[in-house]
Amino acid sequence: MLILTSLAALGGLTLILAAMLILANKKLHVEEDPRIDIVEDMLPHANCGACGFPGCRPFAEALVSGNALPGKCTVSSEDGRVQIAQFLGVDVGAEEKIVARLACAGGTNVARNRARYQGLQTCQAASLVSGGGKGCFWGCLGLGDCEVSCDFDAITMNPFSLPVVNEDKCTACGDCVEACPKDLFSLQAASHRLWVACKNLDAGDEILEECQVACTACARCAMDAPGNLITMKNNLPVVDYSQNHATQVPIQRCPTGAIVWIDEKKGVIKGEQSKKIIRKGERPIASS
Amino acid sequence: MKTFRHGIHPGDYKDLTRHIAIERMPFTDELVIPLSQHLGAPSRLLVKEGDKVYRGQIIGEPAGFVSIGQHAPVTGTVKAIEMRHHPSGKLVESVIISRDPYSPQTFYNEHAMEWESLTPGELISLIQHGGFVGLGGAAFPTHVKLSVPEGKKAKFLIINGVECEPYLTSDHRVMLEQFDDVFYGIRILEKVLGCERFYIGIENNKDDAIALLNKRIPADMNGEVVALQTKYPQGAEKMLIEAVLKREVPSGKLPIDVEVVVQNVGTIAGIGMMFRFGQPLIERVVTITGPGIEKPSNLLIPIGTKLADVLDYCGGLKENTRQVLFGGPMMGAPQVYMDVPIMKGTSGILCLTDEEVTIREEYPCIRCLRCVDACPVYLNPSRLGALAKTRDYEGMLGYHVMDCVECGSCSYVCPSNIPLVQRFRVAKALLREKQAKQRKAS
Amino acid sequence: MSSLNKTLEIKTSPHIARGVSTDMIMRNVVYALIPVSIFAVYAFGLSALLVLITAVVSCVLTEHLLCVLTHKQSTVGDWSITITGLLFGLTLPPNFPLWMVFFGGVIAVALGKFIFGGLGYNTFNPALVGRAVLQASFPVAITTWHPAFSTDRFSTIASSTLTFPFMEPVYDTVSGATPLSVMKFEHIAAKTSDLFMGLTTGSSGETSALLILLGGAYLVYRKMMNWRIPASIFLSVAILSGILHTINSQYPAPDFMLLSGGLMLGAVFMATDMVASPITPIGVWIYGALIGTMIVVIRVWGGLPEGVMYAILFANAFSPQIDNLIRPRVYGTSSRWSRT
Repeated sequence: MLILTSLAALGGLTLILAAMLILANKKLHVEEDPRIDIVEDMLPHANCGACGFPGCRPFAEALVSGNALPGKCTVSSEDGRVQIAQFLGVDVGAEEKIVARLACAGGTNVARNRARYQGLQTCQAASLVSGGGKGCFWGCLGLGDCEVSCDFDAITMNPFSLPVVNEDKCTACGDCVEACPKDLFSLQAASHRLWVACKNLDAGDEILEECQVACTACARCAMDAPGNLITMKNNLPVVDYSQNHATQVPIQRCPTGAIVWIDEKKGVIKGEQSKKIIRKGERPIASS
Repeated sequence: MKTFRHGIHPGDYKDLTRHIAIERMPFTDELVIPLSQHLGAPSRLLVKEGDKVYRGQIIGEPAGFVSIGQHAPVTGTVKAIEMRHHPSGKLVESVIISRDPYSPQTFYNEHAMEWESLTPGELISLIQHGGFVGLGGAAFPTHVKLSVPEGKKAKFLIINGVECEPYLTSDHRVMLEQFDDVFYGIRILEKVLGCERFYIGIENNKDDAIALLNKRIPADMNGEVVALQTKYPQGAEKMLIEAVLKREVPSGKLPIDVEVVVQNVGTIAGIGMMFRFGQPLIERVVTITGPGIEKPSNLLIPIGTKLADVLDYCGGLKENTRQVLFGGPMMGAPQVYMDVPIMKGTSGILCLTDEEVTIREEYPCIRCLRCVDACPVYLNPSRLGALAKTRDYEGMLGYHVMDCVECGSCSYVCPSNIPLVQRFRVAKALLREKQAKQRKAS
Repeated sequence: MSSLNKTLEIKTSPHIARGVSTDMIMRNVVYALIPVSIFAVYAFGLSALLVLITAVVSCVLTEHLLCVLTHKQSTVGDWSITITGLLFGLTLPPNFPLWMVFFGGVIAVALGKFIFGGLGYNTFNPALVGRAVLQASFPVAITTWHPAFSTDRFSTIASSTLTFPFMEPVYDTVSGATPLSVMKFEHIAAKTSDLFMGLTTGSSGETSALLILLGGAYLVYRKMMNWRIPASIFLSVAILSGILHTINSQYPAPDFMLLSGGLMLGAVFMATDMVASPITPIGVWIYGALIGTMIVVIRVWGGLPEGVMYAILFANAFSPQIDNLIRPRVYGTSSRWSRT
């Protein structure tokens, strides 16, 4: 008997609550385009914000309402984008592949530290302690804030504590750009093959004491480049990517290899005359 | 004995230089004067390469309200104007002056200034062009604090002679040796502010300074020396006001909101000196101390003298020196480069050896409350530290991280050796960046 | 120049540190517990010694093994686990079966501490978690006490102590009744002086109020314990039981309440677990009062004679909420209460 009453009580309660839920669902229902759900399911659910929308759902809403094209999603595969475009009957809206690039090549084997940094092992923290102790004021501190910030495992630290971007995995979400306290990352079209891997604003050879791959502002690349493809600004070469820059001529005479050609297959190519770096170990800390 | 609540007792270590009289350091061959030695806009350059400059001549003028004048500390020629290492670790545009070896280096324009007839506005402008900043370490332009906003009143002037950082004794020596300048400076500031009364706050580990200043207060001046219990960070503006007047500066507000202006005793002495002899801020007293230096001393150093020259003058560093700091051990900035100049805000150079610089193992927070009991602004560093570890910077805002004065008391007492202040510094820097971005967007 | 060729180090300020470190604090708590442990062995003999050793060994071993299994650096060196083991052992009856002790120790460390993330993250006092599980699992064994000061306590080991694993213990001697159960079921109070000196039956560490207070005083003197917690517990228990006693003298008097059972050990060494107690002074007073009230409520109206353990676990669960509600008043603001 006792069991029956309790069963009845619990069962009744369940029924009442279920009825309330059904009622609430009906009453508070918001009419929504069913395609939004479908499109959202087709998106990668990364919520990275690379498309310019706060997340995948707002992007799906924009797609359905025609305010955006599937090509904006850099995380989806090519097939995925085409699929969404077909479903909605719109253009894919081919967007250029954009990746994050690091404007520094000063790994521990070429760049010197002037003092030993102790404390929290993040770039943000180190940069607040007298700049982090790296000889080159502009250079990468190598503690990997970018690696931590990357949600797509596109950044790995190489043996010389320099981040390497895997361009296939990079979705250009811009997290590393924000994470780097030295502002070394920038988003670039993957087709930009000429690249200045240095941010040092000093002119002259003194900087080589701090970093062997620094730009010395010798301007040879600017002289060799066709037309005004490369100009010198603030002691650094600036490539005008709006021009046709598919030429490896400018990098050839660079004495340090600060300007490089990032090949799609072979990776980073340095000029013929740039000094070869053979050191495998760390450059010792030296006092100033 | 008056003091503020909370805080720590790090031990003062001042005996190394407490009784050493101020000595003038000889002029070196090359000096570096950064155009940004203060908080605010860098000074506007007035000289060019190759110019001849005289000791005390203005070489940079204020570029706006929160900016100050810069002066040539020696007679010589402008060798270059270029980016040089700055004690903060940045590169800053600096004027490099090479000393004229045949100049007697006398101050070129020595005269007492006629100031009684000037208005407060004119006096403030003189102080701004004289290049004065807080000499205690923060290097906030003095005239900004002296410019009382419309509708507010500065009733009290508090002179900060606390010098709560261990090891440092420069303010102590200034009080003992330059008390005439101090009182002269107070007269000027009283005229500028129109304040009723002044207090000189001194910690009781400087008995001689308390006794001396007490005896020397001119009869016609309305003020007193307040002896304070030795405790860190009493030299922080808000803590000093609480200790002397029992007034609490509201969060996010300034001392002037409780009718107080605080000035460092060194700054006051410098201002007194300027109005007595016409000499702007071109030199300051610096304590060179610590177990890592051969000859600890209190030196009067021309601003712009390079760190390496100063260390060599003091006999050089010892073999086991590991750290050279600008400032005291609690808040000082570690130095990487030996060619950085002594700046207006450099109160001391501290050289620490292997014995003091210990890297200890970090344990998890055991919530022992030591940091809560130490924090002078009553924050909860334990909770803030946990939030910082998970990078919840927004959450830290709710726990008032922006009120943190970065005094380091929490890190000092933490038995688990958690780098609390460093975490807070990072959080504050990121939050400030974010706020600036939001302001720009809106 | 000598100054120029020097490799310097940079780190963030402050550049000097103080001597006290976490392992030092933990070690001192262990020191403070030693007199109580020695007295427990003196009062209950070899059985108690074996229980204490098993408790400490099982806790330390579990922690070490868990660290190894999760590829972490072993955290045994910070001494906190030794405290847990010792406290856990002290809360058990001296003739408690060793296999149960071992089982409880594993539970205390694994469920009470490690699962939350180790030292500093545990919501509850690990030793009490272990004991609570034992209380639920072996209700008879944990309420069967060996009488104190039996004559053969140094020559023989109680038969229940060496019970074969997973077997029910068999008790050979007449089990002693604790002052609390005598009070609960027969309404007879033990002598205050006996309670204070520890001449009564009970769990190993629950007897000598004097030694516990001495240990606590040492920790307070070394600034390694928050004195407000025991103070507020004592105060709230004394006031509440005083009121009840004056209303109806059948309820125990405050002195009996304070000195009997695990109250002393709990208030001085367990409620003060820094990790599981609130941060602000006011929060701590509330926390202590909560424990005190719960103790009196459980002892007077609850089904169990003793309520210290559940009272502390209960308050542990509340302490994050207390911290959320009562934050330190930030300098220059007027509000003590949390704002969002």
